[in-house]
Amino acid sequence: MSSDQGVGAISLRGARWGHGETAFWLVAAASIFLLSDRYLILTEMAWLGLFALSLDLILGYAGIVSLGHAAFFGIGAYTAGLLAVHGLIREPVLALLVAGLAAMVLGFVTSFLVIRGSELSQLMVTLGIALLLRELANKFSDITGGFDGLQGIVIDPILGLFAFDIFGKVGFIYSLVVLFVLFLLARLIVNSPFGLSLRAIRNNPLRAAAIGIPVKRRLVAIYTVSAFYAGVAGALYTQTTALASLDVFSFERSADLLLVVVIGGAGYLYGGLIGAVVFRILQDVFSSWTPQFWQFWIGLVLVLIVLLGRDRVQRGVLWLPRQVLRHWSARASGTAAGGSSS
Amino acid sequence: MTTLLTILFDGVAYGMLLFVLSCGLAVTLGLMNFVNLAHGAFAMAGGYVCAVLVNRSGWPFLAALPMAFVASALIGLVLERTLYRHLYRRSPLDQVLFTIGLVFMAVTAVDYLMGSSQIFIHLPDFMQGQFNVFGIGVGRYRLMIILICGLLTVGIQLMLVRTRFGSRLRAAVDDPRVAGGLGINVPQVFALTFAFGSGLAGLGGALGAEILGLDPYFPLKFMIYFLIVVTVGGTSTITGPFLASLLLGVADVAGKYYVPKLGAFVIYTVMIVILIWRPNGLFGRTAQR
Repeated sequence: MSSDQGVGAISLRGARWGHGETAFWLVAAASIFLLSDRYLILTEMAWLGLFALSLDLILGYAGIVSLGHAAFFGIGAYTAGLLAVHGLIREPVLALLVAGLAAMVLGFVTSFLVIRGSELSQLMVTLGIALLLRELANKFSDITGGFDGLQGIVIDPILGLFAFDIFGKVGFIYSLVVLFVLFLLARLIVNSPFGLSLRAIRNNPLRAAAIGIPVKRRLVAIYTVSAFYAGVAGALYTQTTALASLDVFSFERSADLLLVVVIGGAGYLYGGLIGAVVFRILQDVFSSWTPQFWQFWIGLVLVLIVLLGRDRVQRGVLWLPRQVLRHWSARASGTAAGGSSS
Repeated sequence: MTTLLTILFDGVAYGMLLFVLSCGLAVTLGLMNFVNLAHGAFAMAGGYVCAVLVNRSGWPFLAALPMAFVASALIGLVLERTLYRHLYRRSPLDQVLFTIGLVFMAVTAVDYLMGSSQIFIHLPDFMQGQFNVFGIGVGRYRLMIILICGLLTVGIQLMLVRTRFGSRLRAAVDDPRVAGGLGINVPQVFALTFAFGSGLAGLGGALGAEILGLDPYFPLKFMIYFLIVVTVGGTSTITGPFLASLLLGVADVAGKYYVPKLGAFVIYTVMIVILIWRPNGLFGRTAQR
């Protein structure tokens, strides 16, 4: 029974809130007041972070590489858009859930196609599904609005109380709250025994199967959850920008998402969030240099990251926060005389 | 009946073109398991080299075609020696990220240098127009494509089967470690093959500018087509991708003619179904090494 205790202890240690995490969310909440002229970009960071969180769940924890995660984002975006345009569900939070569930259904159905086969066929099936949906959205332009996108999306006040304002303050707070709630859920998931079994599968599927983990069922489950997250991210995008056009399904969106997760590092949840912030700042800087050609620099960043090695880049990005944390926790344990923080 | 044959003819020309464009990718994937999403960028490079030579420097089209091959092959060789070879042992995720980065850079660089609008290559007069054979409209240009690509296919097949380099290549594809143990310089074989495949893509890009269209987004637009050819055809033979290209070409032309509303939808669905049904491709060998 001692091995059970070991696993339990490890997962408990992982589940404990650290100083760094508290600081991260305090900074995020403080940005509501401190960066009041940057709500639009902050909102983008929030939904991009949620979207990246969704990819991190399958890439970082289950080892599934997806080239078409925009499929779920797009389904979420269009569902939220259509619900608003036709006035089926006017309340944003409820529409958000429905959009997430729609993406979840698609995720569940396609997961069976994705989890079988090699990594290469995984790449192609995910890419193919996203392209297929884009093609469908294009063909049924009477429903989706085709290239012009959905027209006339009007979002009602959240819970009937908070109307979206033109400065985007309500939109940002709304996105941040959704992100935080779903982050807490993801944190629970990955630190649960279920999350641990996913990590076992990622590290060695054969061995995981040998110790009695139902590999396929676990992969289907996490893929479905991940699709839900991506769908909610897409719905947030539509609700905060009142846009839903074909480019929600585009290959570039899936590719950029991979970059976001890779910048921050996969497999510890915060990677996607940090990556979203860094990516959005990079994009802003690049497009101020060369407005039309920012994608060149994004490509260069991708190439450099791979050539330098993903681990090294991740360590670089996290260097400053780690230094601050170490300094801080050293002082804290000094005053508390013998804290066991590591 | 005649429209059916015309569709078949156009489809075959299209398929042949796809084969020349993507057979380099099949070899890269089969030889080193390298997922090269930037393959279309080499095709685009060839297309633009040909366009610049013909439209700006006044070269004859037929003389510019070999230059497209040479230019793309050189770019391929340089990139393989400097960048690609460091990534053979990395995970597919790294390879995908790296090649997507290359695609983004290629797309914007070409956009910056040549503008984002579609480019047309001036064809000589004798290649334009159609003539009738038993009532079937035969485009001269498409006929030329079939001839050139047909000759290339036969040449590639002969090279693979008859020459010493071909047998080295096949040995390296079958098992790189054993081939290395027998004294075959596998990295060298791979560099040459990579360059040759890139060159073929460049040639295909130049030939296909008229049919597929040539703009900076070419690598992204046709990436999925190359991948379909490779996945459906398998990477263990050259006939597999060839048959897959013909099938895809005919299916795509026929689909766009008969059910324009569905078009590419059919092709993506077929690809996914085939991937599920036979993960090694329709014509791939069933036994895995």
